[in-house]
Amino acid sequence: MKELIKVLIVDDEPSILMSLEFLMKKEGYQVFIARDGSEAMDIIEKEVPSIILLDIMMPNVDGYEVCYHVKNSLRFEHIKVIFLSAKNKEMDMEKGYSVGADLYVTKPFSTRTLVAKVNALAVNVVSGSAS
Amino acid sequence: MNSVTLTVVSLLYLMALFGVAYWAEKQSEKGKSLVTNPYIYALSLAVYCTAWTFYGSVGRAVTKGIEFVAVFIGPTIMMPLWWIVVRKIIRICKVQRITSIADFISSRYGKNATLGVLATFICLLGVLPYIAIQLKAISSSFLIVAHSSGDQDADDLFWGDLAFYIAIVLSVFTIIFGTRKIDSTERHEGMVTAIAAESIVKLVAFMATGFFVTYLIFDGFGDIFQKASVVPSLSKIFVFNETGDFSEWFWHIFLSMAAIMFLPRQFQVAVVENVNEKHLEKAIWLFPLYMLLINIFVIPTALGGELLFANNTVNPDNYVLAIPLKFNQKILTLLTYIGGFSAATSMIIVETIALSVMISNNIVMPIVLKSKMMQERFKGNLSNVVNNIRRTSIVLIILLSYLYYKTIAEHYSLVSIGMVSFTAVAQFTPAIIGGIFWKTGNQKGALIGLTVGAILWFYTLVLPSLVGAGAFPQSIMDNGLFGMDVLKPFSLFGLKGMDNISHGLFWSLLANTICYVYFSVNTQQNSIEHNQAVIFVDIFKYSEQMETSAIWRGTAYLSDIQMLLNNFFGERRTEKVLKLFAQKHQINLNSEKTDSRLVAYAEKLLVGMVGTASARIMISSVSKEEKISTEEVISILKSSQELLSANKTLKRKSVELEKATSELKDANEILKRTDKLKDDFLSTVAHEIRTPLTSIRALSEIVYDNPDMEIDERSHFLGTVVKESDRLSRLINQVLDLEKYESGKQKLDKEEIDIQDIVKDSIEALYQQTKEKGIKIVFIPDRFAPRFEADRDKLVQVVVNLLSNAIKYCESNKGQIIVATHYVEGCIYTSVQDNGAGIDKKFQRLIFDKFYQAEDQTIKKPKGSGLGLAISKKIIELHNGQIWVESEVGHGSKFTFMISVV
Repeated sequence: MKELIKVLIVDDEPSILMSLEFLMKKEGYQVFIARDGSEAMDIIEKEVPSIILLDIMMPNVDGYEVCYHVKNSLRFEHIKVIFLSAKNKEMDMEKGYSVGADLYVTKPFSTRTLVAKVNALAVNVVSGSAS
Repeated sequence: MNSVTLTVVSLLYLMALFGVAYWAEKQSEKGKSLVTNPYIYALSLAVYCTAWTFYGSVGRAVTKGIEFVAVFIGPTIMMPLWWIVVRKIIRICKVQRITSIADFISSRYGKNATLGVLATFICLLGVLPYIAIQLKAISSSFLIVAHSSGDQDADDLFWGDLAFYIAIVLSVFTIIFGTRKIDSTERHEGMVTAIAAESIVKLVAFMATGFFVTYLIFDGFGDIFQKASVVPSLSKIFVFNETGDFSEWFWHIFLSMAAIMFLPRQFQVAVVENVNEKHLEKAIWLFPLYMLLINIFVIPTALGGELLFANNTVNPDNYVLAIPLKFNQKILTLLTYIGGFSAATSMIIVETIALSVMISNNIVMPIVLKSKMMQERFKGNLSNVVNNIRRTSIVLIILLSYLYYKTIAEHYSLVSIGMVSFTAVAQFTPAIIGGIFWKTGNQKGALIGLTVGAILWFYTLVLPSLVGAGAFPQSIMDNGLFGMDVLKPFSLFGLKGMDNISHGLFWSLLANTICYVYFSVNTQQNSIEHNQAVIFVDIFKYSEQMETSAIWRGTAYLSDIQMLLNNFFGERRTEKVLKLFAQKHQINLNSEKTDSRLVAYAEKLLVGMVGTASARIMISSVSKEEKISTEEVISILKSSQELLSANKTLKRKSVELEKATSELKDANEILKRTDKLKDDFLSTVAHEIRTPLTSIRALSEIVYDNPDMEIDERSHFLGTVVKESDRLSRLINQVLDLEKYESGKQKLDKEEIDIQDIVKDSIEALYQQTKEKGIKIVFIPDRFAPRFEADRDKLVQVVVNLLSNAIKYCESNKGQIIVATHYVEGCIYTSVQDNGAGIDKKFQRLIFDKFYQAEDQTIKKPKGSGLGLAISKKIIELHNGQIWVESEVGHGSKFTFMISVV
């Protein structure tokens, strides 16, 4: 089942991309990678992933914009968005949720917790798509 | 020339005079005021030269010799002192709106009505005879000219009383000149201009006659003196009387010094009519020059007359007319007649106007205002009352003068009566001079001094003339009053050897001064006296502020004040004036009770109309005044003085404060910005720390959780952990570093270095990186660059930073970096140029800010801490140098730093 679920990882830090990619692949998801916001948009258009792990501070198009775009489009509004950000202020999180995020995880994060959270969302995705 | 022609000419002259006045007033209305001209002011002062000067100087020169110049020397000596004395009086009068000498004295000594009356009477008594002799001069000159034409009927002209009709005509003209306007502070511009014109007429006329005598009849000054020196009796005219009494000179000079200031007409033109204190500067030399000119021909004319009319057939007072007549010079005779006429009329007009103001303001108005019945009757129409009083006074003064002329003046020469007048006004000297320089001088002193002086003046100088006219028995003169020898009018207390004038002046002024000083020192001033004393003496200190700080405290209803002013100014003008004042001082005009400042202002306005004493009465009648003690007055004046200086300080302070505020604002702005920057910095640092931390944690956890990982992948992950740890510690070091620079704690460890070594060492340090990325580095040293003092390690840090940035932005294997040093005019320039991506113009200045990327997320983020350039900049600045970048997108960047080595 999990192979059917597409996960997009967006971050401009190669080492973080590297670790997330490893974790998601190990869980059996189909993984896509983008190094900035605009690259992410292209992949979203093409692949319509179910889950996006989204960094906020990125060059050109930032994470907020990507999320807003996704959540305000009929085609993509079902996509689960998890913000992964070093911005840990209350204000930043509020903003993240206000643009429609499903989850906001601050960096640095526990890999196990993150994987569990992604899996939990994936269950909804699966049951959602089943119903 | 018969009497009809003369009458017509005289009238025409008066008409012309009026024309001048009328024209001047019209000009003034058009805004081209003539009295702003200092020459007009100086010429108007020449009202001092009356018919006495015109005819009498020659007469006196004949009888008394050169002594006649004493009355011109006095003013000449006095003029330079005017800057000290008269300027002060002018300022006081302007500030206090004083319009006459009586008002001045009354105002100075506590706005005392009695003093005003006393001063007015002294002026009247003193000046009436003086006016009388002007009438005498006009009528006698008229008759001389008329008789000479064989018109023997002239004596019977106007029923034998020519002087009476002259008096009537002059009254009418004076009324026209003097009372056309209501507010006497509004000055008589027309009159002043006419008086100035008259001064020219009399000067030209007198000089014409003098010139005629000296150069046409005789052959110049030398000729006259030579011919006269042959006649023994004439030598006394032009030499100092060797047996003469020099005290006489002294007293006469002194007398005229007082007269030039205190004669009512001189006070009128010099003080009341003055529009600009600066005019004094011109008058100080112009007026003495005028007197010199008008006296040049006095002695030649006197000698000429004596030589021509050898057997005393002609009164010397008439030589000026008699000489041109003798030679049948009709035009010159007429000119001279007009000259004398103008000298007399100008004196009469100004003197009478000045006196009429005194009579109305100091004698009649206080009485009118004290009577409730009168006030009721003239309610709303007081300005007309004032005007009518003045007109009546003018007629009365001139008629009284006429009466004096008829009964007494005929027995005396022009000059002696003039001197008696001078002595009368000289009585004002202690009260006025003391009043403006001596704060202790008080009401009682002035009152008693003036009274005693006036009595003595009357006794020693007026009584004898009354005796001469038969009004008193001759025995007073011969044996003294009550037969007491010490009371002989001409030798009081046995003082002999002085002429009558000097004698009278000596005793009256001595007694006056002693009384003034004695009573001033030994009696107390009340508060209002003290107030005025301080204001008068320190006028230049207070004149700026007097409008606002009046020493008055009490309450009055605004409506009462308004009604009072309505009486004189009319409703519309009153409203306007009050509104302006209220606006200026932010006084509420809607309240029932008034502000004390407004009451004081109203009083001042009224002073201009009716004089100090009357204004006081009027204001008192509508206000309930609180008594203020002398101490309070002093403290109020002091505090207002302090307030003034405090005000100035405050103004200065406020300007400083404003500056400080704006500086503070700027500083605050900078602080705010800095604060925000610090905030941003901290959150950026936190973010920058979290990023490698995230990788390290995630990768370690993965390795820990996946013991079965492929070995290559595992070592790659662990390698990344190490790299990220390095990045983390580097970042922390740099943050701490930067903090040191920013707090100024970072010190340089200077030694003598060679810039080439620095560059070479830096290139060396990056050799590995360069080689890996396949980038070529070229170094172009300037071998003339001198060694200099610098921190070697820090400079290496800068160059390494620039080089590693360049390497970072260059494409692999295509990159080329040129490092160059240049020594130009005491500065070493070191530049690092790459052929990488380049930097957009708008970011070129920002890149030296720490974490500049953080501020704009749309910029392609360079790999690195984002602190390198910020630290480099700090290092260069610590070396007193500069660092900058030149770049174009797509064409590489060139970073340069410059350090001055001299």
